[in-house]
Amino acid sequence: MGVGIEVTNLNAWYGANHTLQDINLNIPANHATALIGPSGCGKSTFVRCLNRMHETNPIARVTGTVRIGDLDIYADAKPVEIRRRVGMVFQRPNPFPTMSIYDNVAAGLKLNGYNNRHVLDEIVERSLKDSALWDEVKDDLKKKSGASLSGGQQQRLCIARALAVDPEVLLMDEPASALDPVSTSKIEDLIFQLKSQYTIVIVTHNMQQAARVAEKTGFFLNGRMVEFDSTHKIFTNPSDKRTEDYITGRFG
Amino acid sequence: MTSVMPNVLEGSPGFSPCKTHRNRQQRLCTRLQNRSQRRITLRTGSKFRSTWRKGTDHLATALAVASTILVVAPLLAIFGYLIYKGASSLNWAFFTQIPKPEGEVGGGMANAIVGSGVLLGLASLIGVPIGIGGGVFLAEFGRGTKLANAVRFTADVLNGVPSIVMGVAVYGLVVTPAMPFSAISGGIALGIMMIPTVTRTTEEMLLMVPHSVREAALALGVPNWRSVLSITIKTASPGIITGCMLAFARVAGETAPLIFTAFGNSNWSVALNRPISALPLEIYRYAISPYDDQHRQAWAAALVLVVLIVAAVSLVRYVAGRGVLKGAS
Repeated sequence: MGVGIEVTNLNAWYGANHTLQDINLNIPANHATALIGPSGCGKSTFVRCLNRMHETNPIARVTGTVRIGDLDIYADAKPVEIRRRVGMVFQRPNPFPTMSIYDNVAAGLKLNGYNNRHVLDEIVERSLKDSALWDEVKDDLKKKSGASLSGGQQQRLCIARALAVDPEVLLMDEPASALDPVSTSKIEDLIFQLKSQYTIVIVTHNMQQAARVAEKTGFFLNGRMVEFDSTHKIFTNPSDKRTEDYITGRFG
Repeated sequence: MTSVMPNVLEGSPGFSPCKTHRNRQQRLCTRLQNRSQRRITLRTGSKFRSTWRKGTDHLATALAVASTILVVAPLLAIFGYLIYKGASSLNWAFFTQIPKPEGEVGGGMANAIVGSGVLLGLASLIGVPIGIGGGVFLAEFGRGTKLANAVRFTADVLNGVPSIVMGVAVYGLVVTPAMPFSAISGGIALGIMMIPTVTRTTEEMLLMVPHSVREAALALGVPNWRSVLSITIKTASPGIITGCMLAFARVAGETAPLIFTAFGNSNWSVALNRPISALPLEIYRYAISPYDDQHRQAWAAALVLVVLIVAAVSLVRYVAGRGVLKGAS
């Protein structure tokens, strides 16, 4: 089951560049939350702070608190533990090119030393079913490489890989921006199904997509969160002028 | 706050509410027309220009073909000449017997072939792990540190050290009364020569692994060391293997470092602490000998050396390539 995320006074830097400034935000459990805003506004940095991927860049720095469920992720735990509980799907599909489909899905468990074949088989099947890829790949799970799939299939493979470690939160950084409309709608259907089990945070440039999949939407601009509210309110009656300007296409 | 939809249409192309905007569109149209007319003149008007373009195209193709021939020709020439000179001296005895005493006709180089195998095995045992370890350090753990820069610089300098100097250095450091000329010291000399090539290619290949693949592993909660070991190195392995093979092929033909270390041996010996024979050493010794039969055997040995190197490289590539799944990019 998903858990809520509570962000308090989050600030992040890349070198001298203050990319996130005083972000405060409560992301509800078992819902999809969309983050929108122009390129470079800090959305991606924000989601990377939620699983401590931000700090993998040596010049990056972060302050503030992020609570995921009961866990203060910057005080109570190691980055690797956080990342097992908070899965991530990236903008471009990034399956491990030398691994089979099966090994791609099982990678998170295998690389953490989990080796029970029967349980792995079960988890791989369940994850691929959850990511709506099972029917397309079940016949060549171990024969084909993850890189041999189409772009849309690769992205669903990456989602399956993230689900296999049984996370509580799923972060998606523009998961459909490199995909065609058909694959995009598959991913959106998937988000719709998955949000009953996981807390989903999705960064997107596609405002219709935000409107379709998310209950809550946050608007970022120049490293600050301008507005966070129900998706319906953001798109029909935003309280901030800048939000309105953005969603009506006057800038960004 | 009323409906926001009408604003979206503003500024979209084809919708020109004001006069200046319309004028601008007209001007743009004229400009585009002019441009397309000019292009038509360009295409049909000047016959000279089209001949000139075809000419340069043919010239460039011819140059590319010529360069290819120049690259392949020396290789084919060497191989062809080795076969011409050496193939006739190859016989069963060459592969099964040890050299006959000076001046006697016949004999073979079984000891040198096996000796080369032993020396290269030792060299790979030393050079490959150290070299790959160094490359992994440079690309993954020490990136940007002073130590990494020092290691990279040292590797480049080591790559430039003449092989005879390497032989003398290993002679000075390893060959002592307690450990006289030996297979081990020869293996060490060759192994050290392998390190810089392996290190630098490993580094280059690891750096070519896309950042997104590393991120994928880290985002699954895989510790960094495990990700480097099981994801990055595995993804880069075809290139790393090529680097190792390159280093292997290079030292397989080295003679100078062996003169002061492995020394050579006219008898059967595979003992690691005794002098050992090697194909390059025998080629050198036979080529400068006064006997015709030994000259012929030197040619044959050169041919065998080249064939063995090609065979070893192909075998490793085949075995390593089988593990990679079909369709992997």
